Amino acid sequence: MEYLIIGNSVAAAGCIEGIRRRDKTGAITVLSKENYEMYARPLISYLLAGKTTEDKMRYRPIGFYEDNNVSLLYDPAAAIDVRARTVETVGGRRLSYDALLLATGARPIVPPIEGLDKVKHRYTFLTLDDARALGASLRPDSRVLIVGAGLIGLKCAEAVRHTCAAVTVIDAADRVLSSILTREAAASVEAHLAHNGIGLRLNDRAARFEGNTAYLASGETVGFDILVMAVGVAPETALAGLAGIEIGRGIRIDARGETSAKNVYAAGDCAETLDVSSGTVKNMALLPNAYMQGECAGLNMAGGRAVFDRAIPMNAIGFFGLHILSAGSYIGSTYTETADGAYKCLFYDENALKGFILVGDVEKAGIYTALIRERTPLCEIDFELVKQKPSLIAFDRAARREKLGRAV
Amino acid sequence: MKRIYVREEWCLGCHLCEYYCALADRGGKDMARQLKGIKIKPRIRIEEGKEVCFAVSCRHCTEPLCVKSCLTGAIKKEGAGVVTVDREKCVSCYTCILVCPYGALSPAERGTVQKCELCAEKPGGPACVGHCPNGAIVYEE
Repeated sequence: MEYLIIGNSVAAAGCIEGIRRRDKTGAITVLSKENYEMYARPLISYLLAGKTTEDKMRYRPIGFYEDNNVSLLYDPAAAIDVRARTVETVGGRRLSYDALLLATGARPIVPPIEGLDKVKHRYTFLTLDDARALGASLRPDSRVLIVGAGLIGLKCAEAVRHTCAAVTVIDAADRVLSSILTREAAASVEAHLAHNGIGLRLNDRAARFEGNTAYLASGETVGFDILVMAVGVAPETALAGLAGIEIGRGIRIDARGETSAKNVYAAGDCAETLDVSSGTVKNMALLPNAYMQGECAGLNMAGGRAVFDRAIPMNAIGFFGLHILSAGSYIGSTYTETADGAYKCLFYDENALKGFILVGDVEKAGIYTALIRERTPLCEIDFELVKQKPSLIAFDRAARREKLGRAV
Repeated sequence: MKRIYVREEWCLGCHLCEYYCALADRGGKDMARQLKGIKIKPRIRIEEGKEVCFAVSCRHCTEPLCVKSCLTGAIKKEGAGVVTVDREKCVSCYTCILVCPYGALSPAERGTVQKCELCAEKPGGPACVGHCPNGAIVYEE
């Protein structure tokens, strides 16, 4: 067997490990666009803040490629021919495959804003190269403007604040982290960010740039030395699209990870996924999702019969020591608790937990996540108890014996 | 592999497993000297209800969600099947706490996350098992 993987991040790692669980000898080739061995991409903000090092950011140990008999080529793919089962590379190689994984990831969305292309110190924040470039440009007196108060923009802001006194984040939404927090939940996070020196401008957007000044839709202006564009990411589907592979909200895949082209699989940020908490198909650019989709694809590429049908949106993120955990969909009835600076909101319908937001107190949150992912009928547990505290005692004796009394 | 199993019908809710776990973490033999007056953060936790109580620690799952979800690659399932955390690599993002269906990972006293690693480097096996007075925590194949 000849396995080919386009992309060299977490979905690729999952795929390699999935393949090697079934096939110890088939040839695996990885085509990498970035000139690095795979690294833990979400850690770029920790690197910028000095909380980790490039060495500790290795997602897999030194020797990972050799140990798994993988040839890593720093030569990005240029075109796929699904009939001939070949991939051409930028460097002029022509590689054949029996099974192909598209793990092309996501690219930053950069909206067309007047004057943006003339801003001299302008960055995005998705790759190790981005983090290195931004880090090299920061001075303690730099004024930094970040467009986008989502996960990437705010982690960037937190990291930059270690070096720079003046950090402003702007977002068109009425709250920070609008994809994972309700207005109510966002309030305490916004107060915490402000307390830690992050300037927030919400309900506003950059209408145009002129030199080092951002002219906002509200009519105000913000001066800056460094601009970071972090409005979001889009699945990288260009290669797949040109090859005639179906694209939806990402490269379309079935529960086995296979695309519309036979023996071509996709996983991670480039693919679309069924969110079982809402029943809708989405692009979920989340690391755990990328690994598990990649692993599932790898198992199937090596002749297995795996399915990955338990995806839900979920995020663990923290700023200046305040942790926020969330999962699922925010639909149905709510149960809210506020105590000692912590905030909890559960979302549920007649018979299932659908989603939650926890700020501050994150203990045993995974018990909530599992209820959503497994769609556990609430009539089978003591939900009143679980509402107050995620615990296994809420399950009946037989279920506990399954969980704690035998191998799982 | 050998794993820890709990027999809730034998658990007295005495919390000794938690104390011996915390002592194993700190080192030393004298529990009173090591733990008096501090709020312990054990890797095994008792859950208590009106009629039942039992200890919960890492299940060392066959398909561990924490390993697959770890942002850094710090959580690994080693050869023998023990799930471990490399606390040098961990950045305390708490994704593992978000995904563990058992609530078996928790913030550690000295930052990062912690979990039961079966007292892997200690002679005599897991401290919680050895010191459970009623055989409610066992360590078996």
